[in-house]
Amino acid sequence: MTSVTPDSLSSAPPEILALGPVAWAKKNLFSDWFNSLLTVVIVGILGWGIFRLASWALTVAQWQVIPNNFGLFMTGTFPSGLYARIWALLAVVCGLAGLSWGVLGRNVSILFSRSVLIGLGLVCAFIVLFPPTRPSSLKLLPMVALVAIAAAGGRQVGRKFPGIGKWVSLAWFLSYFVALWLIGGGLGLTPVSTNDWGGLVLTLFTAVSGIVLCFPLGLLLALGRRSALPVVRLLSTVYIELVRGVPLVAFLFMGQVMIPLFLPIGSRPDRILRAVIALALFSAAYLAENVRAGLQAVPRGQREAAMSLGLNTPTTLGLIILPQALKIAIPAIVGQFISLFQDTTLLSIVGLAELLGIGKSILANPAYLGRYAEVYLFLAVIYWFFCYAMSLASRKIEEKLNTEH
Amino acid sequence: MVHDSGSRSFDLKAMLRDERFWKIAFQVITLLVVLLLLSFFLGNLNRNLIQQGRAFGFSFLRNPAGFSIGESLIQYRPNDPYWRALMVGLGNTLTLVVGGIVLTTVLGVVAGVASFSKNWLLQKLSRVYVGLVQNIPLLLQLFFWYFAIFGALPNPANQIGVLGLAFLNNRGVYIPWASSALLAILGIAATVGAAIAALFLWRWRTKIRIETGVGGQAQSIALAVVALAWLAIITLGMNWTVPEGVEGGGVTGGLRLSREYVASLTALVFYTSAFVAEIVRAGIQSVSKGQWEAARTLGLNAGMVMRLVVFPQALRVIIPPMNSQYMNLTKNSSLAFAIAFPEIYSIATTTYNQTGRPVEVFVVMMATYLTLCLLITVVMNQFNRSVQFKER
Repeated sequence: MTSVTPDSLSSAPPEILALGPVAWAKKNLFSDWFNSLLTVVIVGILGWGIFRLASWALTVAQWQVIPNNFGLFMTGTFPSGLYARIWALLAVVCGLAGLSWGVLGRNVSILFSRSVLIGLGLVCAFIVLFPPTRPSSLKLLPMVALVAIAAAGGRQVGRKFPGIGKWVSLAWFLSYFVALWLIGGGLGLTPVSTNDWGGLVLTLFTAVSGIVLCFPLGLLLALGRRSALPVVRLLSTVYIELVRGVPLVAFLFMGQVMIPLFLPIGSRPDRILRAVIALALFSAAYLAENVRAGLQAVPRGQREAAMSLGLNTPTTLGLIILPQALKIAIPAIVGQFISLFQDTTLLSIVGLAELLGIGKSILANPAYLGRYAEVYLFLAVIYWFFCYAMSLASRKIEEKLNTEH
Repeated sequence: MVHDSGSRSFDLKAMLRDERFWKIAFQVITLLVVLLLLSFFLGNLNRNLIQQGRAFGFSFLRNPAGFSIGESLIQYRPNDPYWRALMVGLGNTLTLVVGGIVLTTVLGVVAGVASFSKNWLLQKLSRVYVGLVQNIPLLLQLFFWYFAIFGALPNPANQIGVLGLAFLNNRGVYIPWASSALLAILGIAATVGAAIAALFLWRWRTKIRIETGVGGQAQSIALAVVALAWLAIITLGMNWTVPEGVEGGGVTGGLRLSREYVASLTALVFYTSAFVAEIVRAGIQSVSKGQWEAARTLGLNAGMVMRLVVFPQALRVIIPPMNSQYMNLTKNSSLAFAIAFPEIYSIATTTYNQTGRPVEVFVVMMATYLTLCLLITVVMNQFNRSVQFKER
């Protein structure tokens, strides 16, 4: 406790002290004996762990399993003669991503700021240096360029036609069907059996399909649960609570077995379709709860004001309530999408060769016996990258929406 | 409305404009659609089952199961009926869930509180842990622990001893344990009883000290007596057996926790704790800064501020989401079947594979997990009520 002297009462704001490294360490690491003890113990454990990990990674680990199977990890057993279609799909996604970046960020000056350019440079360096991507770096580098060009183009177009955002969303929606066409074939392309869909492509495809399908259902269920009509409310509540009480793996497994039983005799939807349906039916119940929380957070007055303006129930919901509720629920919804993305790993249990399933099948290969740690660490990095990117994006959106108030 | 009430002519247009009509009509339509869908699906189900020659019913549960189960709490032989096999699975699920909930709470609260530590390293460590673990799928973590960590332990011939008290090898973990199951249950019951008694005594003591300003000595003595009694029961009454390494590999005595169990428990605890840590962090952050400052002004040190002022208030925000984390842990315990831990989902799948009765098995499973989740909710709601503001 410092005593108050006339000096310290002066109205100047306190000086911001830039601590030297020693002072910083003293303040944050060694402020008292307990703190110092903690620091020593943590440094000891961390140092030992990192040393063990590094010595394992550099001497014991045999990383060859990753580059040798990189194609399998990315696309599963997709026929290598048709890889051009996967590249085309990646190009479409990169182009659209760049375009939306340009259109959404057209008013943000950091679009091509120094840090973003450094980031792009780092991605290029990674592509050139990381062994598994090196053979395809001639294809990956133009993708990065495509993102940048599309972003710059999107910025220009977005300035000229401010309403372009809607069309970009529509393009994303259409790209889903383009992706389906490119992966699966048909309509002029050689068909690829769903048995050959796999790896990261299948993971992303099932995750996106699950998200697309569960969203409308979840929205309806949330509205149903908040509805003033008792029958609708009861039905939605029963569905949500029953689904939320069952583990996903049971849902997926029984989805594989029972969906054919619930359909007319002889009809048997594709394995992947069954998995996606089970995933979507499951996630919808969770999404509904997130949206419900958002709906509850919209003040009563909003509905009353809309009603007094003469809007009927559907227009009140669509124009007044839902936009606000969804905005509030964005973090929770993104969290739900992240967990849906992670949940696609369970598809490996029902025999689909998505990322983890491919990992399992590679580990079953006698040539790579016992390479568990290497394969699982590699997969962990991929999943971590996607999930962390999603949560980072949601945090940014949240911040952006907050400042609009 | 200026119609005279006698002539109620049917006016279609007026009815279509009436909101009350639409409210009822909408519900009727929804109900009809749901019923139509259900009858379509269930009709198909019925036809499909008849075609396969299986009528719906649970009598198959009394047939002998005929498969063996690696570990079980209750007596089980392969020719016991299916329902008994399912009970074994339920028991194994419960050991996983109860152990998981206890450890998750401890680790999660520690990690959550650590993110407020003055120690920069500890604070960052907690954040890195949460950011790392939350963004990697649980199943992948489970495989990692099972195959890459516990699978990489040496074989029984070269097992690792920990201070002569425990042993680790690639078949499991061996820890000291009571010499008989009865004594073990006694010990657990004594621990739970002592904890509850201590909690009540502590609250009573605090209450007396708040209301009268002095005293609480009798309660302190009682607390010490409880602690001594518990210590006596645990150290002397349990007849501990310590695992002992056998020449040439293997362990006698003690309790063997199978590699499947330890790996599942570790993965579940690490994964769920990250979410609990976030909940605890949010809860602590929700306590207004003035509370910290006021408590500091009263001369309490950092630990006491957390324990006496901030944490009790944070609990109100923490407990409701903890409920859903415990339920997630319960449901996620079903993933243990992927590494062949015989919990209820695993037994249920075997049952389904042998009997070919997906619908009944699914109903049993759904009922089990719903009951477990309901139990957790009831307990947590009770607990939640006890930490709410007492408004007088």
